[in-house]
Amino acid sequence: MQSEVMFAGFGGQGILLSAKILAHAAMEQGFEVVWIPSYGPEMRGGTAYCMVVISDRPIGSPIIRNPMHLVAMNRPSLDKFAPMVKPGGIILINKSLITVGCGRTDVDEFIVPVNDIAMGLGSIRSANIVALSAFVARSKMVDNDILRECVKEEFSSKAKLIPLNMKAVDEGQKAAKISSP
Amino acid sequence: MSKVLMKGNEAIGEAAIRAGCLNYFAYPITPQSEVAEYLARRMPEVGGVFLQGESEVAVGYMIFGASACGARVMTTSSSPGVSLMSEAISYIASGQCPAVFVNIMRGGPGLGGILPSQGDYFQATKGGGHGDYRLLVFAPASVQEAVDMVMMAFPLAEKYRNPVMIMGDGLIGQMMEPVVFPDHLKTQQLNTNSWATSGMDTRNSGTRNLVKTLYLDPVQLNAHNLLLKAKYDRMNLEEIRFEPYNIESDYQVLIVSYGTMSRVCRTAIDNLKANGVEIGMIRPQTLFPFPLMAIREAASKESCKTVISIEMSMGQMVEDVERSVQGRKPVEWYGKCGGEVPTPEEIMEVVQSYITSQRKEQN
Repeated sequence: MQSEVMFAGFGGQGILLSAKILAHAAMEQGFEVVWIPSYGPEMRGGTAYCMVVISDRPIGSPIIRNPMHLVAMNRPSLDKFAPMVKPGGIILINKSLITVGCGRTDVDEFIVPVNDIAMGLGSIRSANIVALSAFVARSKMVDNDILRECVKEEFSSKAKLIPLNMKAVDEGQKAAKISSP
Repeated sequence: MSKVLMKGNEAIGEAAIRAGCLNYFAYPITPQSEVAEYLARRMPEVGGVFLQGESEVAVGYMIFGASACGARVMTTSSSPGVSLMSEAISYIASGQCPAVFVNIMRGGPGLGGILPSQGDYFQATKGGGHGDYRLLVFAPASVQEAVDMVMMAFPLAEKYRNPVMIMGDGLIGQMMEPVVFPDHLKTQQLNTNSWATSGMDTRNSGTRNLVKTLYLDPVQLNAHNLLLKAKYDRMNLEEIRFEPYNIESDYQVLIVSYGTMSRVCRTAIDNLKANGVEIGMIRPQTLFPFPLMAIREAASKESCKTVISIEMSMGQMVEDVERSVQGRKPVEWYGKCGGEVPTPEEIMEVVQSYITSQRKEQN
């Protein structure tokens, strides 16, 4: 089984980092993983996106036309990538910045006010971890405890940020429970 | 050591250190600047030298200087930068000095773009610089393989006293994958006493080592060329590496593809297999020496009707594939450039179209 998750948003929203933490957690859980950033001209235009591929077999193509899931942190990302998501996938919509839906009925539209939750925790900068945690709780792609450990490890050199990001993980999980289908 | 998740560029840097390379000179260029960034931090930690040259031309000759002294040395660059280094590479090959060059290819020609490409196949395998020389050229298809090939490159450069080139592309450099580094920290460096210009060290032994590339006497230069040729012939005997895929099936089409492109082909082959269509693949892991006989043999299989070279270039490796197949089967090319990487779906369509036209011909 192979699954792909596209993380997309503005540069500065921590897209690459949340994708990296997911890839790390999946690796720790024994999966094959590839993390593929966008480093081309579109990155300079403001949209950053990053693909994580998770599989129980060696991963072939790192070029993915249709990801299984999408985490959309801003409107341009949703507009651009929502039509590409495979039927049955999850589209996480950051309601704080996106006022529309994905316009599809064949996917699991998962609406989370990511920025509002992060600001409630005291820092907008934890928005990426809130979104990541909510996505993981919804998709059950990796174990919540392993994810928590990987978030901790990522911030190990900035230990004072760990409590904030642990709260972000908790809140993300809660958001998934509240809006579970 | 356990598995770590690492970016290709950083893993290449770490692999060099693990291989005992303590000299890294470079000039930054996208999409491989993270190698320099990583080694700028790591080299001082292990007592090595990180040096940013004023240009790729300068870096090329810094590499020549260090390798002529018998030091393990590496540089990394991307396509336009490697063009600038090519003069020095020709001198290093003629001077018979070991060195490792990494090219994380981007689109060209000219400044081109910064996205993945395989447009430097000719440059790496057929010259780049002037004169009759060859490089031992590796083409990794994953971050782990890039690490393994960098670790192999240093002892092989020393075995042949010849530059080794690792050909990655922007994706190999930029993506992260799990990697495992071997436990041993350093591969044994071969004895350099017989040739390295190490100052006073060898003066009292009665031999005087000289690294030079100028041979005005045609007889001497021809002899020098024959000596170099003998090394390249030996590489052809001892260093060919390739990976067959789905080659035990009765494939109708044989793909030849390397690096990132071969991974896309692998997915296409898996998908087609699920639909009952068998496609075989030979993935060259060395581009020079080229797995000529393996491709010839695979193309000769009765079920195989077409051979396709699939590359992120406008048709470079296809010339070596034609040379391998020697007219036994039709050889075709498919590819894209400029940072456009063909998707598995595209490859499936291309392969299917050849199978359909084969059927029409049969009817």
